[in-house]
Amino acid sequence: MSARVLIAEDEPSIVASLDFLMRQCGFETLSVRDGGAAIACLEEFRPDLVLLDVMLPVKSGFEVCRFIRGNERLAATRVLILTAKGAPSDEARSRGAGADDYLAKPFATRELVARARALLGRRT
Amino acid sequence: MLQSWLVILLSFGYIGLLFAIAWHADQRAGGARSLISHPMVYSLSLAVYATAWTFYGSVGRAAHDGVGFLPIYIGPTLMVLLGWFVLRKMIRVAKVARITSLADFVASRYGKSALVGALVTVIAVIGILPYISLQLKAVASSFQILLQYPEVVVPQKAASLPFLDVTAFYVAMFMALFAIAFGTRHLDVGERHEGLVAAIAFESLVKLVAFVAVGVYVTFVLYAGPGDIFGRAAAQPGLSRLMKPFAAEGALANWVWMTVLSMFAILFLPRQFQVAVIENVDERHVKTAVWAFPLYMLAINVFVLPIALGGLLAFPQGVDPDSFVLTLPMAHHSEAITLLVFVGGISAATGMVIVETVALSTMVCNHLVLPLVLRLRRDGRAISGDYTRFLLTVRRGAIVAILLLGYFYFVAAGEAYALVSIGLISFAAVAQLAPAFLLGLYWKGGTRNGAVAALATGFAIWLYTLLLPAFARSGWSGMQLVANGPFGIELLKPTALFGLAGLDPITHAMIWSMIGNLAAYLGVSLAGRPGAVELAQANLFVDVFRQAGERPPSWRSTTSAAALQSLLGRFLGEARAAELLRAYALARGHKSTQGLVPGADLLHFAELQLAGTIGAASAHAMVATVAQEEPLDIDQVMTIIDEASHVLAYSRELEDKQRELESATTSLKAANEQLKELDRLKDDFISTVTHELRTPLTSIRAFSEILHDNPDLDPADRQRFLALVIKESERLTRLINQVLDLAKLESGLAEWHTAELDLREIVCDAVSATSQIFKTRGVSIDAQLPDRTPRILADRDRVMQVMLNLLSNAVKFCAEGRGRVRVRLAEEPGALRVEVEDNGIGIDPEHQALIFEKFRQVGDTLTDKPAGTGLGLAICREIVARLGGRLWVRSRPGEGSVFSFTVPLRVAAAARPAPATAQDA
Repeated sequence: MSARVLIAEDEPSIVASLDFLMRQCGFETLSVRDGGAAIACLEEFRPDLVLLDVMLPVKSGFEVCRFIRGNERLAATRVLILTAKGAPSDEARSRGAGADDYLAKPFATRELVARARALLGRRT
Repeated sequence: MLQSWLVILLSFGYIGLLFAIAWHADQRAGGARSLISHPMVYSLSLAVYATAWTFYGSVGRAAHDGVGFLPIYIGPTLMVLLGWFVLRKMIRVAKVARITSLADFVASRYGKSALVGALVTVIAVIGILPYISLQLKAVASSFQILLQYPEVVVPQKAASLPFLDVTAFYVAMFMALFAIAFGTRHLDVGERHEGLVAAIAFESLVKLVAFVAVGVYVTFVLYAGPGDIFGRAAAQPGLSRLMKPFAAEGALANWVWMTVLSMFAILFLPRQFQVAVIENVDERHVKTAVWAFPLYMLAINVFVLPIALGGLLAFPQGVDPDSFVLTLPMAHHSEAITLLVFVGGISAATGMVIVETVALSTMVCNHLVLPLVLRLRRDGRAISGDYTRFLLTVRRGAIVAILLLGYFYFVAAGEAYALVSIGLISFAAVAQLAPAFLLGLYWKGGTRNGAVAALATGFAIWLYTLLLPAFARSGWSGMQLVANGPFGIELLKPTALFGLAGLDPITHAMIWSMIGNLAAYLGVSLAGRPGAVELAQANLFVDVFRQAGERPPSWRSTTSAAALQSLLGRFLGEARAAELLRAYALARGHKSTQGLVPGADLLHFAELQLAGTIGAASAHAMVATVAQEEPLDIDQVMTIIDEASHVLAYSRELEDKQRELESATTSLKAANEQLKELDRLKDDFISTVTHELRTPLTSIRAFSEILHDNPDLDPADRQRFLALVIKESERLTRLINQVLDLAKLESGLAEWHTAELDLREIVCDAVSATSQIFKTRGVSIDAQLPDRTPRILADRDRVMQVMLNLLSNAVKFCAEGRGRVRVRLAEEPGALRVEVEDNGIGIDPEHQALIFEKFRQVGDTLTDKPAGTGLGLAICREIVARLGGRLWVRSRPGEGSVFSFTVPLRVAAAARPAPATAQDA
């Protein structure tokens, strides 16, 4: 059974690129465009990895991350935060919110894939 | 024949007795059994009013014009009976402000003015000199007459002058010694003179007993009662007129003025102020004085007319009526009564001279000498050395000098006048203080300048109309001037100024000096405004009964307790200063003076203590020398203004300053906030721009790498990804352009190509330029344009930019297929208005202001994020503002929005940013 990846990102073109990269790895993907939708689909989709943008409409990426960490049934879900701000404080905030990893935009696609694989590999 | 040694021995014995009383009183001073704590002692001390003038002169005056002597006693009686509340207020003020003298009182009232203090002192000293000379004359003459006992030989004026002069000189010097011994014995010069007051009260008793004794003797021993005397006098045509008041021409005016003069005299003669106000230990003593003092006045006047008539009946021409009290018992060989009268006369004279010179010497020291010394030492801030000795020496010197001057006046002018006339000249002088003093006590509007003008004017008129003629009459100088007026101008004749003739000199002088004095006071006061210190003092004086506790401290600087102690020590003595500060510290809960906080309260305390010794004006100056003035900061200014507005409603000037300061502070605060906000906005802007730039860059990089890493990608995907790279590149370009555009617009560096334009044309062009997008999205558009509109001055590309932006926004937020956009152009007063109306999603009222800010897109709640940079409306608003117009929105969520902007018709040209860049395209 392939790993499930939730893509929470409001820029359609970025979603398209992430979706392609994850599918190429053989993962099952689902895309949402705001934080509220992300939280709403978590229980049902039960993703193994969430690629999470910070500046999401409705609920920010940090809020979504905290929600995941506060939910026992999502304990196995890994979170990779993507942010376009690139400020050093963003990484600290991401860790503080319980993210497993952090990547600044624009990112190298190979690095993103490597990190996603690494996170999913640790899953067991 | 009475031996001169016996008379001298008696005199000194009597003086010795006075010393004993004074010493005894001083021993008990301050204690519960203090002699002067009895209200009757206060009333008797007020009777220092009755001098040798009363003792000898009343009879002289009565022998000349009958009951005409009475106003001099009616005045004080009325003042004490009816004007006691004035006296009580004076006492209260003097206690609160620690007043040391008459001059100090007036100076304090007018902002602790050194000039006012000096002026009052000069008036008092010069004004009182005739009065002092009167005492010398009376004592010297009585001594001369007594030496001839029992022969009644009145010293003939011209013949006996040298001898009388010598006697008067000795009398003056002995009196100076008495005054120094009584009034300036102690080092603590600021304290009350309890011994002195006790001695004065005793003297009042002695002179009353002596006068009543001689009255009874004349009336009932020499004659068979008052009926007998009046009966005999009535039989003589020359004497009967004396028993009718107002017989002489102008007598009524004379009575009125004499009464007014003596009403002022009881308050403003330096010695009266000294005993009534400074030496008062208890305000309630005034209540007793209200009946006791008039009673004293009655008792000492009852026998005046009988003695005068008795003397006139007994003696032929040639005996001076001023000496009747002495010569009547002498003529009948009544040794005991004669000596008693002599002692009574000495009592009356010494009492007056001692208190008067002590009071005057304090004024001379504090208001003439000390300010001069302070001025000379202004260079050195520190006043060094022990000043207590110095102060005492100055006071003693002043006493001797005043008596010497009194003596010289006696030599120069004394002989030409009767006792009463000399005294009245002095009364008229001190009456010049009345307007500044009394009005100042009840009216806050009186100013320092007003007081100075009043005092100077009144005093000048007094000098000209009374003192000058007095000297002239003594054959000194200026007889020509007095007789004919200066340069022969009749209207300026000192005794008939501006043709006011037919009055006696005192009435004439009083009318003119009071008119001048009052006019100057009111005129100058009303023309100017009092200063801050003046107003504070005016409030203190006028509202003294309304104030609880002490004055608010006026110091805003600090100094160490040690520096103040050293300053106090110089004037009060080291031990006293240390004791005062220790008591002050204890009262505030400190163990020692070490704990005292240097501040306004402490400075105020020190100033009050000093004021008690050297007067308010000098004390203020002294404390200022040690107070370290601190530069005021805004907070302090605010506090001061706050205090000021609480206590004083006066200072329009201050209020203006306050308003200026407040508005300056407010605008500074606002400017500061604005700067902070701008700074924050700039940071936000940069952070937002960074974010906005990275977003398209992320897609471009990601797809480029995907295409690079997957050369065998499905062609459809490949095409799709390449299209996305192109689209995001365009977005990036657009964003960069707009950021730069906005930056240029905001900084004013944008180029404007201003020309005359037809706005209708631009609107039409914009509609046709966007028609393709409208068609694609199925949104209808129609434009309503008037047939013609005035042309505007603007940059065509910029107006177009605004139109395109509004139209693309409108189409973006309209529902596909059902959308409908209307464009309207209309003329309104002074401007053209363009409206772009859509029936799209609308904008929440709370967001309507935000959408014009940079990167504020209100499309976030939509499923489709609107394409755009978030800078469009910010740029539009900037452009419209530069054109001199306004851009705004009206909207209802769910119903649509109307974006409107105006372009002014007249100011369009003026809206060009700079003429240099304004070129026609």
